[in-house]
Amino acid sequence: MKSLRWIAANCAVLAVLVFAAAPAQSATPAAAPGVNETCLMCHADKDAKSAAGKAIAVDAGKFKASVHGGMSLKCTDCHSDVSATKLPHADKLKPVNCATCHEKAVAEYAGTVHGVARKGGNAVAANCVDCHGTHDIARAKDPSSRTNHVNLEATCSRCHGSEAMVVNGKMPGGNVGNKFHDSIHGKALKGAAILSAPECTDCHGTHSIRQKSDEKSNVSRARIPDTCGTCHKAERAAFANGRHGKLRQDGNMAAPGCTDCHSAHGILQHESAKFQVDVIKECGTCHADYLKTYRDTFHGQVTALGYARMATCASCHGAHDVRPASDPASKVSPQNRLATCQQCHPGASASFASFDPHANRHDKARSPFYYYAALFMELLLFGVFAFFGIHTLFWFYRELREKFAGNRSRDSGNHGEKH
Amino acid sequence: MAMATATASPAAVALGGISQRYYRRFTPAERILHALLMLSFVGCALSGLPLIFADRPWAATLARILGGFEGAGLVHRVCAFVMIVVFATHVITIFARAIAGGHLMKVLWGPDSMVPQPQDIIDIWKNFKYFVGKGPRPQFDRWTYWEKFDYWAVFWGMFIIGGSGLLLWFPVFFAKLLPGWMFNIASLVHGEEALLAVGFIFTFHFFNGHLRPAKFPMDTVVFTGRISEHEMKDERLVQYERLTREGQLAPKESTPPSDESRWFGYLVGGLALVLGIIAIVLIVSSLF
Repeated sequence: MKSLRWIAANCAVLAVLVFAAAPAQSATPAAAPGVNETCLMCHADKDAKSAAGKAIAVDAGKFKASVHGGMSLKCTDCHSDVSATKLPHADKLKPVNCATCHEKAVAEYAGTVHGVARKGGNAVAANCVDCHGTHDIARAKDPSSRTNHVNLEATCSRCHGSEAMVVNGKMPGGNVGNKFHDSIHGKALKGAAILSAPECTDCHGTHSIRQKSDEKSNVSRARIPDTCGTCHKAERAAFANGRHGKLRQDGNMAAPGCTDCHSAHGILQHESAKFQVDVIKECGTCHADYLKTYRDTFHGQVTALGYARMATCASCHGAHDVRPASDPASKVSPQNRLATCQQCHPGASASFASFDPHANRHDKARSPFYYYAALFMELLLFGVFAFFGIHTLFWFYRELREKFAGNRSRDSGNHGEKH
Repeated sequence: MAMATATASPAAVALGGISQRYYRRFTPAERILHALLMLSFVGCALSGLPLIFADRPWAATLARILGGFEGAGLVHRVCAFVMIVVFATHVITIFARAIAGGHLMKVLWGPDSMVPQPQDIIDIWKNFKYFVGKGPRPQFDRWTYWEKFDYWAVFWGMFIIGGSGLLLWFPVFFAKLLPGWMFNIASLVHGEEALLAVGFIFTFHFFNGHLRPAKFPMDTVVFTGRISEHEMKDERLVQYERLTREGQLAPKESTPPSDESRWFGYLVGGLALVLGIIAIVLIVSSLF
């Protein structure tokens, strides 16, 4: 009895399977439409709209040219809650689950700044389709792909270069798209001129994009020199030998990394006058006293006016391998100082190099002559202005009184005899 | 004195119904030197101030107007050169003329000398008494104490600013002779002394010479070279009486200033006044 029921049940299942499979098998070679053609019966119409008024048109040509089209995927492979045999389908479909095939990529995405923000309720944080597209997804090496090297700036800038989106998504860093566009990297990439120049993901990663506060981020404070060093190898090596790099190796992360001087997105060509002049202020954020005494010199005054022809901090101290004066390899060590001055002042002598570019008028120990000269000048200025200030005020008052009293004027005075 | 005004000389002109005589105070050469000194001083001031106040927005604008750092630097050096030539010309001619004319002592002492003398101390004291209403308005000889101060301020400034300026202009050369800290001192005193000179000339010299109520708006004597008898008797009665006594007044009598020279004075002097006052406004606004 039991076995009879088992056979009957199995036969029924088999019958159902055969019945279900038969039309599908016969449809492929025969005239009956395939799944995609069935879908396109409605979705090929360019003006097609859902009941809610949303455009639902699909460009069949673009899909066919896409990586998924090339693999002959069916619409229902992604839109898995639709069945071509049960139409019309529901008004609202479930979101496509890319993880069905791209399990690893989606798992990585969950840990990115975008994935975390999405999970936390940020509705504008990018998901798969925002970067890769939908029906037109192409491989990154395809020049038409949104994720191709030359197109990534535009792809990321759809959000990170849009003021409204930046505000809406509370994006850290603000409108970085604009900054990048005008940066040396952005300019190099323009028109695909220099393909070795980095775009967004070269520094930030793709499915590993994390906020810089996240230690695992490529652009975290600790890792940024290595990230920049991927391309800038010589600078990376010099930096490691300099004072700033050494401080960081000793765990002092307050010491500057690449972006502290160069900025992150708005990086300027280092020869540009604007960068040369502006970076001085960056040095001054830590070395405030030295910036102040530098500004007292001709060098510092001219650069403050915006002209880069005069010595900046880096002209004397070097840039990536800046070292303390006590280090014999330093550009400002007693051994090297004269040669450093001679970079701009050919023919400079040893006594020329004993000029103090950071003399401090308030520091008697460091600059005694300078200190007393400054004191003398202060007293002289005070004395002259005080004496003549008082002299002038009194005189003005007296002559004004005389003038109003009418007993003295320019051309007919009363002094001496009358004319 | 009565004799001088008793009869109207041919040179006397009617001015507001009053006969005016004029006496020569500055020679044409002195007037040209003053004009060149004035223009080069304003040029140095405007091209130098942007450095002292480099962190102010107006400084970058002013530097840009003057052709940027290179342009302003050229203006500064050209004006400095003119000023040094003016100074040297003045000193050389004063002594050359005095030695040739056998009156070197008159350059070094006495009423025609610029050297400060006991009378100047007395004059300062008398003037302050007059300021506070405790005495009559003092009368002066050819050079008042404030004019002497102006004059020596230029001398002092020429050595301090001119000397330090040359050091900064040719540092590699001068560093062969001088230690490095001299260049620290040079850049300090060049700026501070310049600030003193600019602050002094564009306020106190302007006030003493031009803007005070008795002279307002301008005294054109340094442009026309001529001082009216009225003005001489108003402020320089000591000189007037001395020259009369010595019989030196009549030879100094001159034609009245021409309208052209007067207008030249108003134009050039007025321009310097305006530029100077702008500089003072910029400086004062930057001190706070």
